[in-house]
Formats: sequence, structure tokens, C-alpha cells
Amino acid sequence: MNIELRDPNIIMKLSRLGSFHQSRLSFLRSFLSEFKDWQYNRDLFNLDQEGYGTAVYSLKKKDRVYSLICYANKINDDERSDRVIATKWDAAFTLHDGVPLKEDIDRLRNEVPKQEVGRLSYKELTLSRANKSVRVFDHVVESLSNGNQPDLELLEKVGYLYRTTAVYGSGKFGLADRFRIKNREEINGPFRLEMMLVYLVRQFTFDQVNHVAKNKNPNSAVKLDPKICRNLGIGNSTGLGMAPFIVNHPTLLNNWILSREIALKKIREIKIVKTQDRDLFKDCVKSSLKNITSWNTESEYQLKKIKLLLKDTKKFISFLENEFDFQKDYPFNEIYLWLEKETCEECIEYVVSIMMEPFGDIVQPLVGQMSSEEEKYFNIPTERTVGDLKKILENKYSDILKINFNIDKSNQKFWFISKNKEEPRLANRFEENGADLEQPLAIARDIKKLYERLLSLKNNLKINQFLIDNSDLRHVVRRAFIIEKFPYSEIQDNTIGEKLVPIDMLRLKLSFFGALKFDPRSDKWLRICMFQGAPLPNELKDYDEQWVYKTHS
Amino acid sequence: MKSLSEIETIVKRASRAAGYSWGIAEEVGKSIRLFELFGFPAIKHLNQYYQNKKKENFEEVKLISKINKSSGSSFCPIMLGINFIDQVKNIETLKKCSVENLAYPLLLLSFLSRASEIIGKKLLISFDDCKFLLNFNLSISSNIWDKEMPMLAKKVEISFLNNEDNFSDQDWKNLYKLAEDTFVEETDSLKEGAAGAGLTDND
Repeated sequence: MNIELRDPNIIMKLSRLGSFHQSRLSFLRSFLSEFKDWQYNRDLFNLDQEGYGTAVYSLKKKDRVYSLICYANKINDDERSDRVIATKWDAAFTLHDGVPLKEDIDRLRNEVPKQEVGRLSYKELTLSRANKSVRVFDHVVESLSNGNQPDLELLEKVGYLYRTTAVYGSGKFGLADRFRIKNREEINGPFRLEMMLVYLVRQFTFDQVNHVAKNKNPNSAVKLDPKICRNLGIGNSTGLGMAPFIVNHPTLLNNWILSREIALKKIREIKIVKTQDRDLFKDCVKSSLKNITSWNTESEYQLKKIKLLLKDTKKFISFLENEFDFQKDYPFNEIYLWLEKETCEECIEYVVSIMMEPFGDIVQPLVGQMSSEEEKYFNIPTERTVGDLKKILENKYSDILKINFNIDKSNQKFWFISKNKEEPRLANRFEENGADLEQPLAIARDIKKLYERLLSLKNNLKINQFLIDNSDLRHVVRRAFIIEKFPYSEIQDNTIGEKLVPIDMLRLKLSFFGALKFDPRSDKWLRICMFQGAPLPNELKDYDEQWVYKTHS
Repeated sequence: MKSLSEIETIVKRASRAAGYSWGIAEEVGKSIRLFELFGFPAIKHLNQYYQNKKKENFEEVKLISKINKSSGSSFCPIMLGINFIDQVKNIETLKKCSVENLAYPLLLLSFLSRASEIIGKKLLISFDDCKFLLNFNLSISSNIWDKEMPMLAKKVEISFLNNEDNFSDQDWKNLYKLAEDTFVEETDSLKEGAAGAGLTDND
């Protein structure tokens, strides 16, 4: 049986992309899988009694070493902010390439805590900062120092001791450019070094909380139970910064989505499913209910989605248990078709993710195909004709061409870079100044404009001639020739329309990171949790691949 | 040290602010990044060009022909470079072309290097006493790489070089003969028992 890949015109809609969930393809899971046989070490732990100071953690294999350098600093409560406008954080981190010398640690001590206004070098790979969840951190210190384990209910509600507010890589602020490291086998996957940083930061938070508790009451303090540690992740606050990334990296976006789509297609094409694979799938679906019921948010938007997800997942479990026969041919195809018919987008994508769990042999080879060299596809094939371009637009942007951009609500928003923080922002075109400095992220509008301009031209006109007088549309001409080869490279929606929910764009990217428990705090930023339930560094050699669904066991 | 990623981002934004479309600004970002990687002072020249652009008018060549003469003011290296990339397959048929009165010629080179890769041919560029051999966007040979580059070139000549060896047949023959010293003379028994693909080792 040959199953077609799903239609980009459905999958690349923002509401669908904003319903994606983590899976075996997610970067934090593929990071753990790649680094499971690396040697973990805590090389330096020089904190004072209150937990301020420097620590270094490393992962090593043969001659290659990656070292996380942590700087924990005292800040006042009124200085602590998750907003990107903050200038001080409880801790700041950088991932150093190799073993840092004392001079490196001293040099970086002056730069890393400054984050965006500090300068890193080609020896540093990623940069981040994090703030304590003060309520949880203080409670854990208090409990441990008194010889008790903390209140699990409170921990479950929050899910972490610290949350990061940005993780930078790829040449930002002087960090190493990707070309310096891209041929390393162990990082052949997007964001692998960012994942490494976050993972090691998680361990730092446990070590720090134990250290502070011990110093507070050396005679009675106990360590945080490793089982509790495992159920804690690292939080993250994410704003609009992520949204332009997915528009500006079309072939990368394609490769992420295509890998997911190929995995689904191959799973649907399995004629007979082995009992153990069937059982694993069913187990994961059932265990995952706890992930849904422990998903806390105050966002009305997300609460509605969670409620629907829970209802539909229960309905699906009932279908699996009472109606579905796994003995029939192509059972996962049957399941998929049932989901499409009977459940919401959130549930469809949730179960699609879980379908991958038993099939490491299908998923693993795809992990290596999720990177991309955007440069390779940058040049516009200017020998092609207007007729070719028109056809591409008609075939690949059919829904976008139906949008009426002559009405205000289709043009309501504009993306810009804030002068204060050099971060992407979104504003109302008709109420705010600055639309003349709009970023090139209104792809749907510009594609439509391109199409309308092409309509009056002869089909045999070469693109190089067209571009002479139409350089204002050059960016979308390039994109059109990219989507011809990369069908999932474009969001098939209006990114400046009245109904745009920007967090859908963030959620798409975060799901590929492997984030859990999306908690929108507005339509423009959200909190998530990473590595909750993941093995601790000293457990990496032998861990349960399905840890995501066993967070609370 | 600024990373290449920072260079590309800032150049893209600065180019947009200098009045180019986003699509052009993306091209400038890529080209300047590349030329900085090759070790040329591209940022310096771009900065000077954008400062001058505020005060001076520069002319655009739209359709590039064999001889491109400005009507008074000097040519904009960026629009010339972009149009060269776009039209390179047509320009190639001319084998040679020239541009008179070009501002900041180094900036044009950053685009021509990419054109060399697109067309799969080396390009030889000369102006004043400067010569550059652009090798498929993989490397650049120059006789002035550590000297000041002119801010204005009176006449730039661009030649498409045919894909041919840049050594003599005799040089090749001599080297080949030396390589033959790694071969074993086959005896009759070796001819029969040591089957192989032929005399030339194609590894």
C-alpha cells in the first residue's frame, strides 16, 4: 500500500502547526539518544553558601569535550524578569567547545552574565540565562534543609526549579558560526548544542538546590530524591523571537515537517504490526493521559484545546480498547483515518507523535535529515520563466492566492524589530507607527502581490528580466522556487491577518524542540517545560526511550 | 571578533535601510559575509559606499551588455552585481564584458564570485593594477589582497575563462610518467592470475 504524504495545504496551516506535539524526532530526545554513551562529569562546583559562584559540567567522548560553564549571581527580587528586556538573571550559562582554561572562565565571567551586551568568542557555542522559580526553589531548599522531600503537588504544578528566557547559538554575539562545527557527527541534528546546554543546566539546578540546603542546615539536610529530580525539567519563557526563525529558514522547516510526514507515511504503510509494537503504542497513549491532566495553564485558549484533547484522547482509547482490531492489515492507517474523522487537530497530531514510539527503526534515520544548508538553495534560477513561476504559485500557494488583501483585516498586523532590544515584535498596522519598517514576514501578502503582477506578463519572459523591474518582490520569487522543491517550507496562512495567533508559530518550533506543557501567557509568549521526566546525566547509558510518557511513575 | 552570522544579519538590515528591497538586502548579506570569510575588507567598503550613497547618486545597469558605460555618475556595484548574477548565463555568451566608472569595485567582486559558481567557470577581473581570479566561489587569487583597494574603477574588465587546464601537456606527461613508477610490470603469470580493471588506476 502506498500512502501519500499529507497535503501541505492542510498540514502547514497555523492551527495545525500550532497543534504539534513532541515526538521521537524532537531535538531534545535525539540529543539524549546521540549523547547517551558520552562521559558526563561535574568538573567544577565552586558555589558559596547561598549558591552563588561558578560551576562547570562536561560531556566527553574520545578527544571531544563540551563544557557548560555556569555563573550563578545574586539578584534582587525586583530585578528578576522573564521579559527579554531584563538585564540580570539568577544564572547565566555558556557551552564552551573543549575544556575551558582558567583564563576562559575568568574572561567569560565578565561577558556571559551580560548576555546580549556581552561578547563571546568562537570557542563558545551557545549562550543562555535562567531565573529561579523562587517559590519552588525556596520551598525545596526549606524542605531539604529540614530533612524532608518537597511537596510534590507544588512541584508538579510548576515542573521546574529554573526557567531559561533565551538560548542563543549559531554566531549570535560572537558565538561560533555553525560552519566551524557543522561537520561533527554528534551534532548532525538541529539545535543539538542548545539542547545540551539546557540539559546540563537542569543538572546544575539540582546540584545548586542541594548545595544551598546542605549549607543552610548541614546536620539535617537531605538531597533531593533522584526520582523527584527526574520529574523536574527546565522551564522556558519564549516570545516572538522564534516566529521569524521558521519563516527565515524555509528548507530547514521543510526538513523538520517532511521527516515527521515520512515517519507517519511509513507507519501507516506497515501491513502487520507486531504485538510488542502495538502494546507499546497503546501503553504510551494510555500513560500519556497523565501528561494531559497535569498540563497546567491559565490561558483560556489553551485550556479549551487541552479539554478537547483530553476528551478526544479518551474517546480514542475507548475506540482502541473496544472497537479496533489491531489484527487487520495496515492498522495504523485505519487509526489515522479514524482520527481525522473523529477527533480535533490537537488530538490527531498528539496521536501521530505517539505512533512513532514503537518505530525507532523508522524514526532514527530521519533524525539525520532534519538539518539543512539554506545557502544551497539561495540562488534564484533566473533562466526559468514567468510561466514556470506562475504555475508554482498556483500549485503551491493555492489557498494563499484566495486571500483578499484589499481588506484591512487581512493586513492588520506587521512584524518589526524593536530598536530597544533588537527583537521581533508584532503590532497593529492601523494603530501603531513603524509599518514602513516592516520585516519581510508577510509572505502570503507578497506571494499574492507577485502572482497579480505576473498575470499581466507573457509566460515566456525570463525571471532575470522580470527581476530587473520587480526587485521589491525578489524575496518571494526566491521562496517560490524553494517551495517547488521543498513542499513543507512555507506556512500556508496569512501571518499578518487579524486572526493570526502568533503562539501557533512558537508552538510549532517548540514541539520540534521537544517541549511539553505549552502554557500561553498571552497570544505572543508562552512558557514550556523541557526534559521533564528525562533521565539524569548519570542514567544516560541505559534509559527508557519512552520516558516522556512516564513522567509521574 | 564578529561572527559571519552577525555580519550577514547586520549587512542585510543596513542594506534595507540604505534603500534596497529585502530580496536585494538578502543577497548583499550573503555576498559580504562570503567576502569577509575570504579575507577581503568588504564591510569597510560597504560602509563607505552606504555613507556616500546618502550624498551621491549612483547609476544602475539593468541589462548588462558587452560594454557598459555610465552616463555621468558612477555605477552602483550592488545592483550591477545582482543583475550580473541574474543574467550571468546570457552574459557568458559575450565571453568578456567591461564596465566603465564603477564605484567600490570590491563590492561587485563579492557577487561575481557567486556568479562564477553558478556558471561553473572561473572569472578573471581586472581594473587599474588589480587582478582577481574568482574560482567557482571556492577561492580567490589576487595580486593585491593586502593592499588598499580603489574606491572607483575607471574600467573593469570581466572575462569568462574556459574550463581548461592551466598547465602544459608536457607538465602533465612528466607527472604521469612519474606516477607510472607506482605500477608493477605484469609478467605472463600475473596477466593471467591478477585480473584488474585496466592500466589506469581510477581511484
